Order: sequence, then structure tokens, then C-alpha cells
Amino acid sequence: MSDLDDLRRTLPMVGAEPSILDDTSIAHVVAHGHHILSRRTVPGLRVEMEETPDAIVGKLIVEAGAQIAQPIHMCFGLAHPTGVQQINIDVQICEGAQARVLSHCLFPLAQAAEHRMQAVMEIGPGASLIYTEGHYHGPHGGMRVLPHATIKIGKGARYFSDFSLLSGSVGNLDIDYLVEVEEEGIAELSAKIFAHKTDHITLKEAVMLRGERSRSLIKTRVVLEGQAQADIVGITEAYAKGARGHVDCMEIVQGQAHASAIPIVRVFHPEAKVTHEAAIGSVDKKELETLMARGLSPEQAIEMIVSGILR
Amino acid sequence: MPTPLLEIHALTFEADHHPILDQLDLSIEPGEIHALLGANGSGKTTLAYVLMGCEGYVPSGGHIVFDGTDLLPLKMYERARLGLTLAWQEPARFEGVTVREYLALGKPDYEPAPALKQVGLDPGRYLNRRVDKALSGGERHRIELASVLSMNPKLAILDEPSAGIDMLSITHIIGIIRAVKAGGGSVLLITHQEEVALIADRASQLCAGRIIFSGSPREAVDHFRGRACVRCDGEVCNDVRP
Repeated sequence: MSDLDDLRRTLPMVGAEPSILDDTSIAHVVAHGHHILSRRTVPGLRVEMEETPDAIVGKLIVEAGAQIAQPIHMCFGLAHPTGVQQINIDVQICEGAQARVLSHCLFPLAQAAEHRMQAVMEIGPGASLIYTEGHYHGPHGGMRVLPHATIKIGKGARYFSDFSLLSGSVGNLDIDYLVEVEEEGIAELSAKIFAHKTDHITLKEAVMLRGERSRSLIKTRVVLEGQAQADIVGITEAYAKGARGHVDCMEIVQGQAHASAIPIVRVFHPEAKVTHEAAIGSVDKKELETLMARGLSPEQAIEMIVSGILR
Repeated sequence: MPTPLLEIHALTFEADHHPILDQLDLSIEPGEIHALLGANGSGKTTLAYVLMGCEGYVPSGGHIVFDGTDLLPLKMYERARLGLTLAWQEPARFEGVTVREYLALGKPDYEPAPALKQVGLDPGRYLNRRVDKALSGGERHRIELASVLSMNPKLAILDEPSAGIDMLSITHIIGIIRAVKAGGGSVLLITHQEEVALIADRASQLCAGRIIFSGSPREAVDHFRGRACVRCDGEVCNDVRP
């Protein structure tokens, strides 16, 4: 079975159908390690990716005014227990364009592997990007996953991201996002992570609200069990009149796991406002008891609460 | 005389060496709506928590027999599986859980729309909403009652089910209470609202952890109004209004 077949077979683990790769109306890139296995583009979208010995390097450009009807699928991964994958990608959503990118990161057998993503995203004036990144890792852990991105959101542009790692054991995950938002731009960053065993999660998301009436939300949900560890930092800085930001972090800690959450909010303009909330602890007692009063065992109740939080 | 569904005898619960429930006796018949009245701090919610087996609410004395089973050794979910449930005064919020899922807890084939209609909520608007902070207090209360109804319980303990509900919607709450009874269940109805209390078959007044009066709902409401405990300080109704 080829590496492409292996990755295709894993797509359902992140909620995608393998048949999307056969659909001529859907753009995609599939890369295994530093090899591009399959690619397709659609009108309004330019995908310029190339293989190098050390990385896959390229650009994904949505042309000005283009509205890409179907999500663009980017499937990255390793089908073997070891290996390295480095992706250096520039994403440009030009003025007035709209696109949705689904990034599938698939590492079903990884035991001692590394996946690095270095992305620069520019969302032009009035443009919109919905970026969803789903990770699937097998049970072994032992990986280093480093998604790092700088995102610039132009005037009146919108950026919504949703990172999820809900099955398998990752090993070390180190997310670092920096987002700059111009006038009337909107940034919403959501991350949902379920960490197991000895997973170590480091998540740093920073939003700079540079423009007037720019808005942002950082929402993080992390559930830890076993001996997992998470260190979450959510930063929002507001520099302009009417800028509004909110940081919302919830971590549920079970077993021997431990967690920290540090919301950092800074305001540099008297008419800007940034708020935050953070909660770390076990499953809420009242939620648990409510479900048990309906007949669910403690295990069933916890499962339901956790799956709701990570949805 | 039918065998009571719930028999409570000499139930005592203390917090910081202070009796919250003090040798409390109470029985509820099958199919009975029993209203429980009492001033703030008289022990009504504590009784509900002790009956349901909430964490930290283990009585120091007394017995509770529910449908022929000694309730006290049982865990909360085991009590629920016997047919006992509780609707909290301030219902919990669940991030990510839909109303549909919440009403169908543990019953994959359950059709939740009728229960929602009974509490006056449009299933088309509410079934896919989340049971989270976006719901108003009144909406959350009604969904809680729909959830109780969906269990078809033998005994539903409703802790101030009409709190936060607008006046026009009280009829839905009363309808739900009657629907539990129509389904063969009983209700222990903790309430401060006379209009709601008067639908009960019987009512009792709780004061400083003891039942000091039982009778018809009208009698109990009048008793509560006329002889409401202002402050007992451990002496049951020593300090009453004339």
C-alpha cells in the first residue's frame, strides 16, 4: 500500500472523507514527509508548492475577489513511525476573497517523528479565511509537533481558526501563533486539545489589535489525563480606539496531569477593552451531579462533559 | 393505606455541628404531588440534596426508604436508576452539549420534542441549541424540567422550578408537574410560589430542619403565612409572628 493510500485511509479520523481527493471540484494538496503525493487546484486558487530536501515550500494564493466554494484540503503527514516533515507555507487571501482551508495532519503510526509548520498568512482587506486544522496521532506519542504561524488580518478582514487534536497521543505539541489585526478586522482563534499519557502541550496565542474597532477572541479548551501537562498562554493587546478582545481558557485536569493558564491582556488606548476568563480544575461538580441525577455513571458523565467541551 | 413511595424517618444532617435537618419525618405516596414550604434556610434544598445523595450530603442519622429500597447506601446514579431525580434550583450549564442530547441522556432512541413542547419551547428552535450560557435562566429552567420529564421518574424533586420563570410560563411549569403525576410519578415540590404550591395533593412546612405542619396545600400555605418562622435558632418555631 502506498503512502498516499495510508494517508487517505486516515482521513476519516479527522472527519474528512477520502473521496474528497477524487473530486475535481475540490482543491487539495497531499504531502508525505517532503514529497508531494497529490495536488489539485480550482479557478481562483493558485497552489505553488515544491519539494526540497529539507522542507515543502510554497504558496497558496486565493486571487482577489475569488470565492472558493469548496474547502481547500491540505493533507500533511507521515505514514511511518519515524520521519521529519517541515512545511513552509505562505497563504495569501487577496482583497475581497473568501476561502476555507481544512488542514489535516495525519500521523497514525508516529513514534519518534517531527512535524513543523511555519506559516505566514495574509488576509487582505475585506477578505475572509476560515482555517481548520485537525490532528490525528496514533497511540504511541513521541512526536514533536510545532505549528507556528504569523497571521496578518487586513482592514475589514476576517480570520477564524480552529485547531483540534482530539484523538491519539501526540508527545510534544508546541503551538505559537501571532496575529495582527487591522481596522475593523476580526480574529477568532479556537483550540481544542485532549492530551493523554505524557503529552506536553505548549500553546501560545497572541493577538495584537492594531486597528480601530478591531476585534478578537481566543478560546482554548484543553482536557488532560494521565501524566499530561499543558501550559497555555493567551495574549491580547489592544492599541486602537474601539478595539475589543477576549481571552477564554478552560482546562480540565484528570489523573496525575497538571496545567497552567496565563491570560495576558494589555490595553494601550483608553477606548479599547480586553477581558479574560480562565478556569482550571476537575470536571465541574454540579455538571457531574446533574448528569448522575439522570442516571449516568460518573464515567459516563465525565465522558459527556469532556466531549461537549472539546466539541 | 398504600405503601409510601418515599419514607423518611428521623433524618438528621449536620453542617459544622449545626443541625440542618433535625429528626425529620416525611412520607410521599405514589402519584402524589407534595409541596414543601419553608423560609429561606429552613432546610428544603438540603433535604433535596440528601435525598439525591449529592456529594457532602451524608446524613448523620435516620432512614430513607424509596420504593422499598434503603436509599442511603446507594450512590447518586444508582438512586436515579431507581427512578429518583432532582431538578436543581440553579441548573448547570453544559458547554457543547445540545438540548437534544441532554434530554436523551442514556436513551439513544428517545424522541425529545414532546417534552420540549410541554415546557412551552419550540423543538425546531431549541433541539440543536447548546445547554450553555447562551440560554436565559428561564429557558434553562424549562429545559431542566423537560429533562426530568424525559426520565419518567417515580419521584421528581423539583427545587423551586418556577424561579426565574415569567408569569405567563408558570402554566407550563404546572403542566410539567402534572405530567409527571399523569405518568404515574410523584413530585416533591419545593416552592415559594403559592400558585404553584396549591396544585399539590398535600403540603408540608419545614422549619429549622423539621416538618412542623402537614395538610392540604391551602392549609399549609395559610399556616406558613400565619406562623412563618422568623428565626428559630434551633428552637423550632419559638419565634413566630402571631
